[in-house]
Amino acid sequence: MFDNPDLLKMIFGRLTLDSLPFHEPILVVTFLGVVIGGAIVVGAITYYRLWGYLWHEWFTSVDHKRIGVMYIILGLVMLLRGFADALMMRLQQAMAFNGSDGYLPAHHYDQIFTAHGVIMIFFVAMPLVTGLMNYVVPLQIGARDVAFPFLNNFSFWMTVAGAVLVMMSLFVGEFARTGWLAYPPLSNIGYSPDVGVDYYIWSLQIAGVGTLLSGVNLIATIVKMRAPGMTMMKMPVFTWTALCTNVLIVAAFPVLTAVLALLGLDRYAGTNFFTNDFGGNPMMYVNLIWIWGHPEVYILILPAFGVFSEVTSTFSGKRLFGYTSMVYATVVITILSYLVWLHHFFTMGSGASVNSFFGITTMIISIPTGAKMFNWLFTMYRGRIRFELPMMWTIAFMLTFVLGGMTGVLLAVPPADFVLHNSLFLIAHFHNVIIGGVVFGAFAGIVYWFPKVTGFKLDPFWGKMSFWFWVSGFYFAFMPLYVLGLMGVTRRLRVFEDPSLQIWFVIAGFGAFLILLGILSFLVQIYVSIRNREALRDVTGDPWNGRTLEWSTSSPPPPYNFAFTPVVHDNDAWWDMKQRGYERPLGGYKPIHMPKNTGAGIVLAGISMVLGFALIWYIWWLAILSFVALLATAIGHTFNYNRSFNIPVDQVLRTERTRTELLSGHA
Amino acid sequence: MEIPIFHLADEHEHADGSSTMLGFWLYLMSDCLIFACLFATYGVLGGSFAAGPSPKDLFDLPLVAVNTSMLLLSSITYGFAVLAMDKDRTGQMQAWLAVTALFGAAFIGIELFEFAHMIHEGATPQRSAFLSSFFTLVGTHGLHVTVGLIWLGTLMVQVARIGLTAANKRRLMCLSMFWHFLDVVWIGVFTFVYLMGVLR
Repeated sequence: MFDNPDLLKMIFGRLTLDSLPFHEPILVVTFLGVVIGGAIVVGAITYYRLWGYLWHEWFTSVDHKRIGVMYIILGLVMLLRGFADALMMRLQQAMAFNGSDGYLPAHHYDQIFTAHGVIMIFFVAMPLVTGLMNYVVPLQIGARDVAFPFLNNFSFWMTVAGAVLVMMSLFVGEFARTGWLAYPPLSNIGYSPDVGVDYYIWSLQIAGVGTLLSGVNLIATIVKMRAPGMTMMKMPVFTWTALCTNVLIVAAFPVLTAVLALLGLDRYAGTNFFTNDFGGNPMMYVNLIWIWGHPEVYILILPAFGVFSEVTSTFSGKRLFGYTSMVYATVVITILSYLVWLHHFFTMGSGASVNSFFGITTMIISIPTGAKMFNWLFTMYRGRIRFELPMMWTIAFMLTFVLGGMTGVLLAVPPADFVLHNSLFLIAHFHNVIIGGVVFGAFAGIVYWFPKVTGFKLDPFWGKMSFWFWVSGFYFAFMPLYVLGLMGVTRRLRVFEDPSLQIWFVIAGFGAFLILLGILSFLVQIYVSIRNREALRDVTGDPWNGRTLEWSTSSPPPPYNFAFTPVVHDNDAWWDMKQRGYERPLGGYKPIHMPKNTGAGIVLAGISMVLGFALIWYIWWLAILSFVALLATAIGHTFNYNRSFNIPVDQVLRTERTRTELLSGHA
Repeated sequence: MEIPIFHLADEHEHADGSSTMLGFWLYLMSDCLIFACLFATYGVLGGSFAAGPSPKDLFDLPLVAVNTSMLLLSSITYGFAVLAMDKDRTGQMQAWLAVTALFGAAFIGIELFEFAHMIHEGATPQRSAFLSSFFTLVGTHGLHVTVGLIWLGTLMVQVARIGLTAANKRRLMCLSMFWHFLDVVWIGVFTFVYLMGVLR
């Protein structure tokens, strides 16, 4: 049987033993590390008999809070992978001078820079942002869950399935060697005949379904489920930014789906959308993918803006300055983010008028962003500022992001862009805004809402260590890239001729090492905080003297969030309640109607992952089988009409009584 | 100082699925954007014949007219089904749904016949960028109609099993939106691809 190549091909498609990278020592060692680490985790879970708990309480949970936490854990785990890629690149570029080839062969290096970009955007930044929105938005609007709780669980697992496919490419086959947007004709079948680009396509398509549905879900939640009295202009700013971000998701991700489908058709069916012959046009791909790609960066940054708004007003002890202008600035950015995509390829040669239009729209975006910056500054002005960790991240953001914004305006000038296009100046610019904006925002958000999630604060000492390593590391890592970019060094290079450039790459490598210390300090911070949780405990549910509704309930909040739906009279609803002497009700509870947990989401996502794997490796029988299974499971799930239950009144009573005791200090 | 009401002591029950219509509408708009991308791609690449056949050589307008009428009729019959649903006439509604499914299946059948005919003449999706974008745009629409047919069949079974409950009515309304949406997209395809292709 084993010497029949046709049969093997039918069963395994393109997958052979040669697809496993035994010949690459770095990958073998990594694989062993992953296997040992994985075995320890699985063993520990089995030993402590946690599988049942994880399955019933987490994996099948439709509770927006648990799903939010799982998103953030996914983002942090993938951050480790994406950052390992970054470290390897920095090391390679610092070494490959004076005739040295560095330590990474081109085949491997090209996969690393592609995987770094894909993972950091889709599987780090997106889950972190989605996780924060998932956790916080329903609490901020006084709702008990999202509009479609099952869909929420399904969305999360589709994101995980995409992430697993990307991780799988590390050890089974290879990842794309095309750069993170996989431009054709390089990504087309002629120049990338192996599985890398197919891993890219299917992991993003599967994760994209999850992202789109979670976008639909959160829009419906914010539009339909706000507490009575909370008009649109009384919504917390984070909820506003979440609304705009999800509008962008629903309006942008279909474009990604469509363009990746077309690339897939080119690769699988031999069509001619983006080929060089038979009338195809590769620039069509570049246009379409940036029509998704530019809104995508605003999808990431808007929720971060929301976090900074909440943090600034809370830690300045003041109402946010210029709430209305903040909302309008967010909406204007949302709209403008659709009118700038061409600035990613001014060099396409579309002519002076087209380039001028997109250059000007790009520069206009800095106006609403600047308005936000002044709003935060004026919120701090004459406030009682508490320099707690979330506030420190916010201030680091304000300084760093303004710098990144200014280099962005430089790049928006088409003649300047012709010089700087695809240079390290560009790399420095977008890391400047993504790290300085999105990553700092995610950390600010995590530190800010951590006590809400767990009931205890994060350890401030290790938090400050992490903060200073991250911030100083960022400047060491990316300021040299601005210099190199201005000198004309382009991105994605593996070896260098000019020895005078090396010192800059060494400094950048040192910066990456500092960021590594920052990430490690963050992990230590979590560990130390869990160990010292009793000392860091907060029983009030309102550790920062907060202003919005999420701080009005206990920490962690009960499954139903609020025993009674709050009624809102003011922008800062919880602040208003505290000011006007609101007393928490101690009786009169009612049973609470809640959605039931279901395993359908994880099953559907698991089958989707198998389908993706089969398509990547041309295992057609498995592809057909899993597609039929997917359809059958989805239809089968619709026959389940019994999807909700009532939390009985005595359970609500018991939960609320515990909180009453904690609040009065008897616990 | 007077303390206003800060919570609802006596909350009315929220019906399950009160956000479903909005959510489904949002999904439809995202789907609409996928079609928008395919239309845009056809707009850009639709003239790239690569010395192969052009719309004038390929399109058979009378056949497409018949096909279009199938889909338009199916939308009307779906409307009749919804009218019957509102009056809780289950049997009548199921009959109209069955008629809708027949028109939908006829549409798919004629489309497949047209595709097979073109491929037989050598006008394959691989032949030129025009044909790639033509087959993808029209085929994606056809795929949507096929999904609609599967959904329609599922709903007919579900109505037969548990009747016209609130949940089933909601699902029927979602499919109704989906079906009419595909009708609207087809009018775009008919005008933009077929009519303008032959007139040009």
